[in-house]
Amino acid sequence: MTQLQLPGLLDTETIRKDFPLLDRVIHDGKKLVYLDNAATSQKPQQVLDVLNSYYEQHNANVHRGVHTLAEEATALYEGARDKVAAFINAPSRDEVIFTKNASESLNLVANMLGFADEPYRVDRETEVVITEMEHHSNIVPWQLLSQRTGAKLKWFGLTDDGRLDLSNIEQVITEKTKIVSFVLVSNILGTVNPVEAIVRRAQDVGALVLIDASQAAPHAALDVQALGADFVAFTGHKMCGPTGIGVLWGRQELLEDLPPFLGGGEMIETVSMHSSTYAPAPHKFEAGTPPIAQAVGLGAAVDYLSAIGMDRIAAHEHAITEYALKRLQEVPDLSIIGPTTAEGRGAAISFTLGDIHPHDVGQVLDEQGIAVRVGHHCARPVCLRYGIPATTRASFYLYSTPGEVDVLIDGLEHVRNFFG
Amino acid sequence: MYQEVILDHYKHPHGRGLRDGDAEVHHVNPTCGDEITLRVRLDGSRIDDISYEGQGCSISQASASVLNELLVGKEYPEAQKIQETFLELMQSKGKVEPDDAMEEVLEDAVAFAGVSKYPARVKCALLSWMAWKDATAQALSEKETA
Repeated sequence: MTQLQLPGLLDTETIRKDFPLLDRVIHDGKKLVYLDNAATSQKPQQVLDVLNSYYEQHNANVHRGVHTLAEEATALYEGARDKVAAFINAPSRDEVIFTKNASESLNLVANMLGFADEPYRVDRETEVVITEMEHHSNIVPWQLLSQRTGAKLKWFGLTDDGRLDLSNIEQVITEKTKIVSFVLVSNILGTVNPVEAIVRRAQDVGALVLIDASQAAPHAALDVQALGADFVAFTGHKMCGPTGIGVLWGRQELLEDLPPFLGGGEMIETVSMHSSTYAPAPHKFEAGTPPIAQAVGLGAAVDYLSAIGMDRIAAHEHAITEYALKRLQEVPDLSIIGPTTAEGRGAAISFTLGDIHPHDVGQVLDEQGIAVRVGHHCARPVCLRYGIPATTRASFYLYSTPGEVDVLIDGLEHVRNFFG
Repeated sequence: MYQEVILDHYKHPHGRGLRDGDAEVHHVNPTCGDEITLRVRLDGSRIDDISYEGQGCSISQASASVLNELLVGKEYPEAQKIQETFLELMQSKGKVEPDDAMEEVLEDAVAFAGVSKYPARVKCALLSWMAWKDATAQALSEKETA
């Protein structure tokens, strides 16, 4: 593969050696070109080794039992919480709740608010605000909450160039708004959203802010204090960690005030047959045996990413995205759905290719070893907004190379000829 | 997977467009957003017309075209047998090698045998066939009530 040099690129030759799966060959000798990183990332050997050693050497249940293994497992699990807290610059480790994924984190907040007392309570007198750009995981929990409580669900629309339309922000976020929940980086459009303007307006009216950082945390430094939100949700498997582990960060005083959602072991202080009292956060929100190995794996992923440096990873992806946008726009009949320049956008690029259905694009690319995502990317309202049934999406990560972009471009040329 | 026959039907679909019918259904394939609106018109127990509009991948669109070509003009029991044979082929996970008997029943539809190896695409191929089954059942039950 020819290696084009772009400013800001990481040493991908070295990095790729850490990811065994990237060596895979599929369909009779085609070298895998993995461009589906917005769906999930591949895992470095360092994370795989930590998972193995956890199960081989330290496996036990956490927070109970006094035996050596239980103490080791607890130290590893809680150590992962420390690592994640440092990674997102959380003021306190007790503000980091482990969940199974970002969807669970978002659902958890929706349910905390649905069962909360004043002043957080969401009911028929109040409003909930989201955007048209959300992943289904940040739409459906709020629809459920609205249906159950009678709250009104409102949302920001999109501009033609794939950005949030905040022109009516004062009508959308009002004194009745209890929570504003929005995505930091869109998984389908790649758009990076203007946090400050939304947070300022929400704070003016006393609304809470939840940010879905699933497509942000893997790709650039995430500082929950700088964001100014009340809650931040993301998932581990998109950032070199295993599946089955997600994070909800929340401001400590909120986590103290808000009620638990799932009940069970580990989240209690005392239990009688009549009532229970709850453990302090984060344990209050972690009922049952948590995903221990997965949390430990996420800790290892955070170590791996931090050692390379999130700023360097962001610069690498910016360079790749800029190059990919330029090359994609040279392909006849190709339309990018979302921002067409690398400014204020992440490393996921959606596009349509003439009238060729994305499923056909994806299938013919797969035959050439190229893995992209096709469909509505769990963001069907975005497809409806732009009048398209689906898109093809190529998404990059720290191990992506300009050479892989070139393979994609050649692959798309082949697709055009095939269906032309 | 992309047999010449499939690409032909995709590029030159048979019977596309909505015409009068006794029943209409709208089916979607939520995994990829393929959609079809399909109408069936019956003349007694004969399939008089299958008309459809839809959007989707080449597999789903070509399959609707083959469905139209194969079933229009057939008596319902025979059409039902063809549908069942196609369903069996598509659910075979690539393990059924169509023999002469199957080819005789399915004609152009045997070209979809390769699609059955791709679990993500089987639903694309079956979309119009399931819509037809649904619409025909509705048309028949309406005729019974009338």
